[in-house]
Amino acid sequence: MSIDWYLAVSAIVFALGALGVMTRRNPLVVLLCLELMLNGGNLALIAFSRMWGNGDGQILAIVVMTVAACEVCIGLGMIVAIYRRRLPIDVDELRELQG
Amino acid sequence: MSAVLFFIAAIGVITGAVGVVVLRNPFFAVLALVGHLVSLAVLFLLLRAEFVAAVQVVVYAGAVMVLYVFVVAYVGGEGESIGERLRRGTSTSGMRVGGAILGGALLVELFIALLGTGLEATSGYGAGYVPGPQAYGTPAYIGKLLLTRFLLAFELASFLLLVGAIGGVVLARRRGGIDEFSGRQAITPLNLLRPRATGTTAEAVGTATVHDGGSRYGA
Amino acid sequence: MSTTTWGWLVLAFPLAGMLVTALGFRRWGGRDSNHVAGWIGTGAIFLAFVCALGALVSLQGHTASHRELVSSLWNYASTVGIDAQMSILVDPLSVFMILVVSGVSTLIHLYSISYMDKDRGFVRYFSYLNFFVFSMLLLVLAGNFLLLIVGWAFVGAASYLLISFWYRRTTATTAGIKAFVINVVGDAGLVLGTFFIFKHTGTLDLLKSFHAAETGAFGHSPNNGDLVAGCVLLLVGAFAKSAQIPLHTWLPDAMEGPTPVSSLIHAATMVTAGVYLIARMHPLFERAPAAQDVGAVVGALTLFIAGTIGLAQTDIKRVIAYSTMSQIGYMIMGVSVGAYAAGLFHLMTHAFFKALLFMAAGSLIGAMAGEQSLEKMGGFRKALPFTYACFIVGGLALSGIPPFSGFFSKDEILLQAGERGGWHWALYVIGYAGAVLTAIYTFRMIFRAFHGEPVAEARELEGGHLAHAAVPRNPATGEEEDTDVGFPGPEHAIAERAWPMRIAMSLLALGAVGAGLVQIPKTDFVIDDFLKPTFATAKAYEPAGKTSVLVIGLTLGTLLGLAGIALAYRIWGVGARDADGRYRVAAAIQARTRPLYELFVNKWYFDEAINLLVVAPVAATGRFARDTFERVFVDETLIGGATGIVRAGSAAVRAAQSGFVRYYAALLVIGVAGVGFYFLLQT
Repeated sequence: MSIDWYLAVSAIVFALGALGVMTRRNPLVVLLCLELMLNGGNLALIAFSRMWGNGDGQILAIVVMTVAACEVCIGLGMIVAIYRRRLPIDVDELRELQG
Repeated sequence: MSAVLFFIAAIGVITGAVGVVVLRNPFFAVLALVGHLVSLAVLFLLLRAEFVAAVQVVVYAGAVMVLYVFVVAYVGGEGESIGERLRRGTSTSGMRVGGAILGGALLVELFIALLGTGLEATSGYGAGYVPGPQAYGTPAYIGKLLLTRFLLAFELASFLLLVGAIGGVVLARRRGGIDEFSGRQAITPLNLLRPRATGTTAEAVGTATVHDGGSRYGA
Repeated sequence: MSTTTWGWLVLAFPLAGMLVTALGFRRWGGRDSNHVAGWIGTGAIFLAFVCALGALVSLQGHTASHRELVSSLWNYASTVGIDAQMSILVDPLSVFMILVVSGVSTLIHLYSISYMDKDRGFVRYFSYLNFFVFSMLLLVLAGNFLLLIVGWAFVGAASYLLISFWYRRTTATTAGIKAFVINVVGDAGLVLGTFFIFKHTGTLDLLKSFHAAETGAFGHSPNNGDLVAGCVLLLVGAFAKSAQIPLHTWLPDAMEGPTPVSSLIHAATMVTAGVYLIARMHPLFERAPAAQDVGAVVGALTLFIAGTIGLAQTDIKRVIAYSTMSQIGYMIMGVSVGAYAAGLFHLMTHAFFKALLFMAAGSLIGAMAGEQSLEKMGGFRKALPFTYACFIVGGLALSGIPPFSGFFSKDEILLQAGERGGWHWALYVIGYAGAVLTAIYTFRMIFRAFHGEPVAEARELEGGHLAHAAVPRNPATGEEEDTDVGFPGPEHAIAERAWPMRIAMSLLALGAVGAGLVQIPKTDFVIDDFLKPTFATAKAYEPAGKTSVLVIGLTLGTLLGLAGIALAYRIWGVGARDADGRYRVAAAIQARTRPLYELFVNKWYFDEAINLLVVAPVAATGRFARDTFERVFVDETLIGGATGIVRAGSAAVRAAQSGFVRYYAALLVIGVAGVGFYFLLQT
């Protein structure tokens, strides 16, 4: 298949991820949707790398995966800490940084 | 042949994505994401990115998702039914509608960007592929790139991993060390048998501690 | 030493005296029992007088046409067409004025050393008094409008400080504020007048300004609108400072200050600043005859009205104050009709005998232990012989009896007024009517205080003991006072016992008697000749009069004066008191002319009129501004509105910080979409 099919899939995945981030209330699922967005971006990178024929996109995709791993680590750590403090696991309730 | 494979993988990717967004139970959402990731690895393979596909399965689907599974098992989080959510008030449903619109807008825009290029550059199958020991997409190829052109990015990424690991440990550790005896609860033989500060789940949820568990975690 | 250096020294010594006494307050303490501050102050002014003599001698060393010397110390600013410099003008007029001012001031300082003895504010007093003399000398020595205005303002400030010297008395502080406010009205007139004149002459320097006026800066026909406006505004300043109608109401109240202050400021020096101003600005006034007429009329009116009020006052200091007002009216009238030498000569003689009268009054008040009312005085002739003699000398000089100085000066003014012809004859008549009134009220005061049965204080003093009040009281309101701070001291001084007072009064008495000899009509013209270089361009400077008119005038003056004294003697002189101490004839006259008496005693209701026309509307405006305007408009609408808008705006902005992560995510997506859209549009 030509490259634009891959890009189309990437766009769909990215948009679905954005929708999930804005819609879901459980912070764990929000992080999952964030992963979705990152994967969409990765797919686009690999596709373009294939288009150009050099490996830059693939390297960047690896780095993105690394960053995603770190981010998940930290994010999940925060959620565990919130859970330990008996606070509700709901992004709508966790809004002390307001005003 | 590759077209068929592409469509199977693409359907897997999109189904997984939809599953993540739609499924109520977070555990099922994690499983959907795993499926999505594996299908994505297939797509990578179709694009001749062998190493990245392997990394995707091993690291992403293997390590990160497993971590997710553990945390979901620990934290849980109740999925809520649609009825409950609708009864909750306008902010949620308004957000869903707004979110759908915004997501749709983003999708439309991306498609316009895609189609608007005239489909010339991306209408091909990409640059030519020459198989070989250090061909495009092989581990040797990626390794050479990582250690020559992108050395700085490589080192920084590893540093970032270190920072992330430490941060994760710090965030999730239990507070406090040896606490004083608050003397509020009766000491039973079972309490004596459980050693302190070892990370049992009972300690975590505060039902097993001799001391006042709630205050230890600083609520 | 050049003439102008003498001039700068004249200014420097009182300034140094002020600084030394002010800064040495800590060393000598307020009460200063050794009178160090007093001698330093007196010494400073005496040195100024010596330098003034030096300036005189040095000035006469120049030829007659070169006797207007300007010296400038530095430039304040010479930009945008304003030449502001610190410059003094030493010419015959200013030397005349500094001699009078420093001479009389030295004697008053000497007198004050005894008068203010044991007062807690002794050092402060001499500091203020030196400051005053410095300001007055600055005013008369000023070489440009700027320093003139500065000196003018300083003199007003010094007057305020000295009137409210006994600051714990509410009467004194109120009087000080009243004097200052009316003086500020005059200051405003002075400054505005300067502006009108500056507009055409383009320079602040006095001599350059006059030269510009003489060479046509205001056009060649008289009564240019701007010039008349400027001169009338200058007159407003002169009237406020010299206590002429209608800005005179502060002068009687200013008698709240210590008697030497009244003697210096409100008799000899500050109130003559207006006369000096008109004389100095004579080139401008001569080109605006309308302004001159205004000055002459106001001077004549004041002369007469003040005389009538003086007939009915009972406070001895207020009688002398109204007398001052009346005599200044003579001087203003004189310099407004062009009789510059005569007016200034009267200024000099008046300074002598009026200061003498105030000093003698101070001695009398001391004998009365602070009491100032004529109704409580009587028969001090034996107890206070020296004071009585001074009163007689001053009174005769004031009434214009030959050979005392007042006779020569006053009649010369009236003569020149008559010579102008036309409607100026009315001024001549009013002047002589005023002379009768002067004689009457002066000798009313003398006979009431010194003749007849001695009162208790007089008898005590004849026995050799100076009376003291059991409890010190404010003579005006009767409230009790504490002599320790802010009130008069516990001691009272009389001339018979204090030698500084005697020396000062004797010297002034000599002046009052003999100063007339320098300007005997048709015989010697010392003042005329001395002042001539200043008034070189004045029209009709010399009294050209026919000898017959002169002789008639002089005789008429003498006769009217003697008639006044005789009338006063008949009413208030020997043996005129009845059983309960009231004067029979006076009471009878009072009963027959009741409305007139009421008018005079209430000072022609000027205070009430000013209260009604000026004070009440301004106070009402203030109340309205505070209660309505400030509260409703400024507070609620402007400030409340502004804060309300800000508060509403920030509340609106705050709504975006909801804390919902999902909203933030939505905003991010909108942002991304927006940026993408922008780039899409670009291609």
